[in-house]
Amino acid sequence: MRYLPLTPADRANMLDVIGAGGIDELFKDVPQAARLKSPVDLPNHAGELEVERRLSAMAAKNVAAGSVPFFIGAGAYRHHVPATVDHLIQRSEFLTAYTPYQPEISQGTTQALFEFQTQVALMTGMEVANASMYDGSTACSEAVLMAFRITKRKKAILSGGLHPHYRAVVETMERFDADADNELVVCPPVIGGAEDLIGKIDDTTACVVVQNPGFFGDIQDLSALGRAAHEKGALLIVVVPEAVSLGLLKSPGAMGADIVVGEGQSIGNALSFGGPYLGLFATRQKYVRQMPGRLSGETVDANGKRGYVLTLSTREQHIRREKATSNICTNSGLCCLAFTIHMALLGEEGFTRLAKLNHESAVKTAEALEGIPGVDVLTPSFFNEFTVRLANPAGEVVEALAGKGVLGGVPASRLMPDNDSVADLLIVASTETNTDADRAAFAAALREVLQ
Amino acid sequence: MNRQGRPTSAGAPSPSAAPETFSGNKGLEQDEPLLFEIGRDGICGVDLPAPDKGIVSRLGGLERDGAIGLPGVSEPEVVRHFVRLSQKNYAIDLGVYPLGSCTMKHNPRLNEKMARLPGFGDIHPLQPVSTVQGALELMEELAHWLTTITSMPGVALSPKAGAHGELCGLIAIRAALEAKGDKRSRVLVPESAHGTNPATAAAIGYEVDEIPATADGRVDLAAYREKLGPDVAAIMLTNPNTCGLFERDIIEIAEATHDAGGYFYCDGANLNAIMGRVRPGDLGVDAMHINLHKTFSTPHGGGGPGAGPVVLSEALAPFAPLPFVRRAGDGFELVEDESQTKGENPFGRLVAFHGQMGMFVRALSYMMSHGGDGLRQAAEDAVLNANYILASLKDVMSASFEGPCMHEALFDDKFLDGTGVTTLDFAKAMIDEGYHPMTMYFPLVVHGAMLIEPTESESKESLDRFIRTMRGLTEQAKAGDKTRFEGAPYFAPRARLDETGAARKPVLRYTQPQQPAEAAE
Repeated sequence: MRYLPLTPADRANMLDVIGAGGIDELFKDVPQAARLKSPVDLPNHAGELEVERRLSAMAAKNVAAGSVPFFIGAGAYRHHVPATVDHLIQRSEFLTAYTPYQPEISQGTTQALFEFQTQVALMTGMEVANASMYDGSTACSEAVLMAFRITKRKKAILSGGLHPHYRAVVETMERFDADADNELVVCPPVIGGAEDLIGKIDDTTACVVVQNPGFFGDIQDLSALGRAAHEKGALLIVVVPEAVSLGLLKSPGAMGADIVVGEGQSIGNALSFGGPYLGLFATRQKYVRQMPGRLSGETVDANGKRGYVLTLSTREQHIRREKATSNICTNSGLCCLAFTIHMALLGEEGFTRLAKLNHESAVKTAEALEGIPGVDVLTPSFFNEFTVRLANPAGEVVEALAGKGVLGGVPASRLMPDNDSVADLLIVASTETNTDADRAAFAAALREVLQ
Repeated sequence: MNRQGRPTSAGAPSPSAAPETFSGNKGLEQDEPLLFEIGRDGICGVDLPAPDKGIVSRLGGLERDGAIGLPGVSEPEVVRHFVRLSQKNYAIDLGVYPLGSCTMKHNPRLNEKMARLPGFGDIHPLQPVSTVQGALELMEELAHWLTTITSMPGVALSPKAGAHGELCGLIAIRAALEAKGDKRSRVLVPESAHGTNPATAAAIGYEVDEIPATADGRVDLAAYREKLGPDVAAIMLTNPNTCGLFERDIIEIAEATHDAGGYFYCDGANLNAIMGRVRPGDLGVDAMHINLHKTFSTPHGGGGPGAGPVVLSEALAPFAPLPFVRRAGDGFELVEDESQTKGENPFGRLVAFHGQMGMFVRALSYMMSHGGDGLRQAAEDAVLNANYILASLKDVMSASFEGPCMHEALFDDKFLDGTGVTTLDFAKAMIDEGYHPMTMYFPLVVHGAMLIEPTESESKESLDRFIRTMRGLTEQAKAGDKTRFEGAPYFAPRARLDETGAARKPVLRYTQPQQPAEAAE
């Protein structure tokens, strides 16, 4: 077995040193009844070529996004990732390092995390950001719990524009969290119109959670909502499902957000069927001790040289145990690194231009679809994603499009199967990766399917 | 003939100490400022087409005003920046990384290649299910391997890491109890447990009650029985435990738990020691997370990402969260919503989408490479290596418990008594020797803990060098050479860092230095 360096002679020799008659003696504490008599019923070891053959056969049964006109978003976005990113994150020193618990020999990781935190804080318009959560949805539920802790109130209002999976994760955590009195007010989706969240805020509200761009692609100015929340002593939590939008849209911080969470996948990271991704988490300096997750902070070494260490760990489970702000331990380290490298390459000019190109692509796609009978674009203002109403159920249309070799968006019904009013809605994303030819192919296929 | 040529011998040794350099670099070790200090306007590391001026914006006036403040850096500078940073990291590919309870084993590159196949890396979680049948097949195959290795009937794949898996398992337990109308308030956790265990139990509303250990480092069965009662929802037990010992009474512990109407949550962080030799299902386990980033070699990546699938017993399997894969005819379907369930009773959703697919591919690639036979051999070698270290060091260091150990050897700081050297000092001196320190000050049940987990990836020669080094350091500490330890590390990119200062005045991001006020004209 190529991964195991001990020879049979080594093993015998080592058993001698230990003073054991055989390997079984080392397992003598295992109760007799639980010792496996025969090997587990699985295939034997295999060479690289064989493994590659078997896995490649599975991969070949999937339609890769890059092989077809592709317009799917709804919380995960396909962008071009520069070759440099994937090369650098595969360097052994980044890829095969553990959490930087020994900072003197982990400065690569801790400095990169410090840079990541700075980038996220700048992009979101917030004062501080942590070193990542698992993904956008878990970051969102952690933000709600943090708002409960800060305000010592028990009610969270969730906008109908919140991604249904994010809503479901918040609901799971609210249902099973430590406080039985916590309450969620879940608003129904409003498509193409304004949602009245301000009217729902009262003196018992801990936070209002609103997604921008919303699940249906709509973008809105949240400044008034932020002011209304603050007047009642509630926090504004802004969820950003598409980090590239921060290059073009007014930042959540500028609109009064107290906590900003987001999905960072679309910068530096592959679609990878839903994971691994990275949760962004930013807030105000004054709330930092209530924050979940790791933080890298600046310090000096014994010679006075600048360095970085994981800090404020008295919030965390390995120190505080049952009193920790969260149980999170492993986060999304390498995905953060990919994000940080991609952002470094983009810089101010590249990032803002990338965001413009995305908006432009979506506008062109909307224009390409608008002329088709049976298609109505419903989203008045959007970034790189919008919703259309179709003459036929969207789920069937999407399957028919896939049959024609086009991956043409997400039917809202897939994520909201119990809501009949969204059965004919299709959510369409369009990024810098889409070409005019993709758009033409999409429009032609959709026209045929709807005929 | 050039008689003034390049000298090829080392020359006479210089008596002087290493000089301070003008550059701040030390040979191969390059000093590197922050991105924000090297960036400037007018430079970009990507070439993107110019936006089309003919497009009418549909942003509804929501454009950001003002710059973000991101630095501009060219591609070669970005590459150099991150390569320089990388060289300040220790890594499993560089040397022994014996972090106990972390299982820093070899990360095969085949796994990386497989995860990057476009059919896995470039598919969207919300593509029509008909276009991702191979992905669902892979998830089913992974589930088959995990349930076979553990002899557990069910598995929830979606948890994103070990602690997330704990959350999944404990919520399943709570949901199962509530389905029976049984409301319980306590979770029992040994003193030696990972911090995530009590943090998880507390996060979902359980009071955490500690179970004392026996003198031989295991759960005190009699004390445990006394703590059990009708209000106990579960025990959370790591096995092998964090002292590196197999819990001899584990079957009795499981039975007592079940007799009291509770469930047995096993922290699977140490599955690497027993895979192929012991199946948790045969021990009476009801739920156990599996850290794919420990046992099944997906890279730790400097802190993540991980993946924490949870295997579940018959009693808990119906409560597994959404989504899950189901066989349907010749293919597979993805159950994403309660309306699609057939008798299952999922407790809800833990995360958007379907879990850590990239990690699933890597873990399956690792498992297929090892096969059932290789996984068993890996566990045996991991245990053998740890016992070899224990046997080779216990005469000079203080082993906390009688062997044999499982995959990790626990020492305490008794052997340093009177030397003035602490566990921390000892660990930092290991850095100078080119080793990553072992896990220190954990588990909490022994004083100044040093938990060494070599894994199966080390050769005997590598272990022998490590052992010689540890013996040397031990002798030196006992000989009273404190400076070697107190000042360590000397040969790392940084000397000891001030962690207290970092926490007292947290600086968590870069801010532009204040520009000096312009002189009045």
